[in-house]
Amino acid sequence: MERDTHFILGVYDDEDVLLHAVTEVRNSGVKIHEVYSPYPVHGLEHALGYRRSRLPIAAFLFGLLGTSLAITMQVYMLGIDWPMIIGGKNYLAYPDFVPVSFELTVLLAAFGMVGVFMVSSNLKPWALPRIFDARSTDDKHIMAIDIANNSALEQEKIKEILKSSGATEVNNKSFE
Amino acid sequence: MQVTSSVRKPLVTGGKTYHDVTHDIARHVENKPTKAWFLAFLASAGTLGLGFIAIAATLWEGIGMWGLNKTVGWAWDITNFVWWVGIGHAGTLISAVLLLFRQKWRTSINRAAEAMTIFAVICAAMFPIIHMGRPWLGAYWALPLPNTFGSLWVNFNSPLLWDVFAISTYFSVSLVFWYIGLIPDFATIRDRATGLRKTIYGALSFGWDGAAKTWMRYESVSLILAGLATPLVLSVHTIVSFDFATSVIPGWHTTIFPPYFVAGAIFSGFAMVLTLMIITRKVYKLEDYITMEHIELMNIVIIITGSIVGIAYITEFFIAWYSGVEAEQYAFINRATGPYWWAYWSMMTCNVISPQLFWFKKIRTSIVATFILSLVVNIGMWFERFVIIVTSLHRDFLPSSWAMFYPTLSDVGVYVFTFGLFFTCFFLFAKFFPVINMAEVKSVLKSSSDKVSK
Repeated sequence: MERDTHFILGVYDDEDVLLHAVTEVRNSGVKIHEVYSPYPVHGLEHALGYRRSRLPIAAFLFGLLGTSLAITMQVYMLGIDWPMIIGGKNYLAYPDFVPVSFELTVLLAAFGMVGVFMVSSNLKPWALPRIFDARSTDDKHIMAIDIANNSALEQEKIKEILKSSGATEVNNKSFE
Repeated sequence: MQVTSSVRKPLVTGGKTYHDVTHDIARHVENKPTKAWFLAFLASAGTLGLGFIAIAATLWEGIGMWGLNKTVGWAWDITNFVWWVGIGHAGTLISAVLLLFRQKWRTSINRAAEAMTIFAVICAAMFPIIHMGRPWLGAYWALPLPNTFGSLWVNFNSPLLWDVFAISTYFSVSLVFWYIGLIPDFATIRDRATGLRKTIYGALSFGWDGAAKTWMRYESVSLILAGLATPLVLSVHTIVSFDFATSVIPGWHTTIFPPYFVAGAIFSGFAMVLTLMIITRKVYKLEDYITMEHIELMNIVIIITGSIVGIAYITEFFIAWYSGVEAEQYAFINRATGPYWWAYWSMMTCNVISPQLFWFKKIRTSIVATFILSLVVNIGMWFERFVIIVTSLHRDFLPSSWAMFYPTLSDVGVYVFTFGLFFTCFFLFAKFFPVINMAEVKSVLKSSSDKVSK
């Protein structure tokens, strides 16, 4: 059977039931493809065993880039390219460079991090998402299990595990 | 196990389920616009058109059309600029600062407040841009661009230039923050829709699928953006206050300005959020999401920031006397008793006395009283900027150049334009975008709905 085409879906109504279910299902040896929720469920990423997001590191590095660019720009423009005495201050009046450096730090950190987020999560206007169940953006949590990834287990067995973990519905879903 | 508080009131009433939340908010996007909406939209678009004539005339004839003179070189325009920027601050405070403080009540008002921020900052930016006189050349004056004038760069020592960077960063970061929050809700609308609407909201939702991994990153991005936006919002009004504080004009060069301006900004911003939200909740029947609890909490923020502003006014006056500087003392006596006494006392009444009425629980839990006071506060904050700017300038250092400022039709017209712009944008937002963050309300529903306490 091909990977990434045939799925078993467990539908959950409640976030706390879902959290326990994720742990239970994983403990019984079933590999979860992904869980789709209408809102962020706290602790779900731990239950699924995801590593912490490294986006804060990206934000920090882009922020650092912003600070360096801002300072380089101001020093080059007012100190090297066109030195001019303004208000009797030094050519390089560093305290005056703080506001612009701060703003550019924030600007680059924010845009850099959001850019990385968009790319890593494949968010773009022309992206066509695979909708497992349209209710997953309304009021249901959908646990998707790739059948090909769990070939060691019988499909009926997986469905039983999902049911006993608290799923209100268990469905099949195939993509072309 | 569910932990409920006997002190905190529920944030969502009416025993709403997750599906109810989706339905109550998404239906306003899906239904045909009502007659009332069309009327309101046409009224604001008409105002926008009328104001545009004033702008066209001003740009055609030049800014000599304004009431400015040699003595009062800054008046109506910069007053409006500071006023609009200040209003914008509440949106970021609600979405960023209250996120860091884990205040769950922000979830049902943050979307509209952030929208208000973005529109208010656009309105604010109109004034310095028009004051350039020839805005089509403005980029050379405002941005560090290589040019044919000998590569004379912009002046990084000037607070006006810091403003360019602060306001544009503030605008773009707020816009991104707002849009990231909109993506999951656009996906909800996409999954309920068919046909053209599905295509449009599909593109707007950037292919969001609500995967746990994406939600994890989303939460991480929101938290960091909130952490970045918090010092950013404080820096913006601080830098706006530097426009005045770094000068040597009596009444302007005081170190109290940054915190005083930031408090005033949040004060006026919350008032504007209340004005808009009271109308929105009524028209869209969102009383179960924007409850009396929300209104009361916002009123409490108004008491706090209003009191800070009041203390700042008194401190300014005291320090002017205590400094022993005659020019400074005169500037303040002139504010209260000079030819602009009426502006000063309007400011004092609207900003210092009226918010103190919110100490009475009856008043801060009354919709009508809150709505009236929210308008009063915004009028007061407009006068505050007018008083600071015009009264400090109109008595120049030489009595022979003392002058008065009187606004002209062009001054008023440009201000009217920004109102048209603001409300046109807000009505479009209220019709085509979900006015409440559905995903975030759902995430607090289990712990903060009145179903829990039953």
